[in-house]
Amino acid sequence: MNLDFAFLDWSVFSSFVLKGLIFSVQLTLVAMLGGIALGTVLALMRLSGKKWLVMPAAFYVNTLRSIPLVMVILWFFLLIPLLIGRPMGAELSAIITFTVFEAAYYSEIMRAGIQSVPKGQVNAGYAVGMTYGQTMQLIVLPQAFRNMLPVLMTQTIILFQDTSLVYAIGAYDLLKGFEVAGKNFNRPVETYLVAAVVYFVICFSLSMLVRRLQKKIAIIR
Amino acid sequence: MSTWDWQVFCKDTIDGEVRPGCFGQGGDITYLDWLLSAWGWTLSVAVLALVVALVVGSVMGIFRTTPSRALVVIGNVWTELFRNIPLLVQVFLWYHVLPALIPPLQQVPSFILVVFALGFFTSARVAEQVRAGIQSLPKGQRYAGLAMGLTLTQTYRYVLLPMAFRIVIPPLTSESMNIIKNSSVAFAVSIAELTMFAMQAQEETSRGVEVYLAVTGLYFVSAFVINRIALFIEHKVQVPGMIGGH
Repeated sequence: MNLDFAFLDWSVFSSFVLKGLIFSVQLTLVAMLGGIALGTVLALMRLSGKKWLVMPAAFYVNTLRSIPLVMVILWFFLLIPLLIGRPMGAELSAIITFTVFEAAYYSEIMRAGIQSVPKGQVNAGYAVGMTYGQTMQLIVLPQAFRNMLPVLMTQTIILFQDTSLVYAIGAYDLLKGFEVAGKNFNRPVETYLVAAVVYFVICFSLSMLVRRLQKKIAIIR
Repeated sequence: MSTWDWQVFCKDTIDGEVRPGCFGQGGDITYLDWLLSAWGWTLSVAVLALVVALVVGSVMGIFRTTPSRALVVIGNVWTELFRNIPLLVQVFLWYHVLPALIPPLQQVPSFILVVFALGFFTSARVAEQVRAGIQSLPKGQRYAGLAMGLTLTQTYRYVLLPMAFRIVIPPLTSESMNIIKNSSVAFAVSIAELTMFAMQAQEETSRGVEVYLAVTGLYFVSAFVINRIALFIEHKVQVPGMIGGH
């Protein structure tokens, strides 16, 4: 068969694909920021040593990490309308799902990062009279974030790839944009190919950036 | 949705009548029958893809540690290619694009295409683990093998790989559990696996919570079983005095 990419000009891109690209990026950023914030709380809970904090956080993280993301997306799409009593759009449902889901993965990264900070740092904080909260905020977390930055970014690249799974509930993301364009022009083969190239270029350049960052940080340590 | 209705699984998929004993007779199918066959599809996709991933991933991982520049480049390109495209997009490439470009592939059932999609996707991760495992060995091991007059292949076969594979069993275990979860993406090309079942049975019966709970439970069980098998293998092959040995 002959491939013909000529129809994929700027106007097709801006009317079909751009909307999806914006949503995918938006979903990635919101889920990243929300997931890191919630994940940090979960990590601190698991490291607090208090059983009533450790147990629920561990349950949250282990449960979400053992369910396929597609099933989590379907679960939230089913449950949120039942809980709030009215239907919710696929896009908003996806944003809530990804934030909650990614928090479980980010929290494991944060936990490892916090544990990578030598215990003496915590003791030093206590020794100068800081509280647990102050020690964490001023001493441990800044160092943990720096150690964990490459891993956090790698997880975010995976997150960006995973946003394509909103396909399951029909949300309009980057992949969907290409798919709709392909259906309209009856050129699905070309649009799937271009979609793969676009995802590859984005993810590959980001992972190159992470690698450079990793080298920089390795020197500081 | 205030009460549970687990009888939904005893219903016939066509007339919606509850069947005694929950299994359909004489060619009829209940939702329980369908659920179990969907579980079978999920396990088949995952296990076959795991075999592909382990074989291809090991080869590519080994390539990346050889002295040959060409093999290293092949291994690197392979890993970057399959790691930086979302799994769902890769499934679409295998299902929609490859058969259009290579007509003989149109005869291949979509089940096989999904196995390769999932297998190659995971092979990139396996390659990364295998490479790291080999590189974590002291350089002297390789030199010792070569100095004794072993060929490069023999050095890998008798010196490096026996140790490297034992080291990478734990990360490969988690990849094996991931492959069960990732097999859910097969729903997108209409493989009758668990997620596909969940979506369709939810639509037909409107008992989404029961259906999703059953499916989620089976994913849990599958991942747990894989985890136990991997632990068994890990204990079986451990060498006294080495990592994890006694």
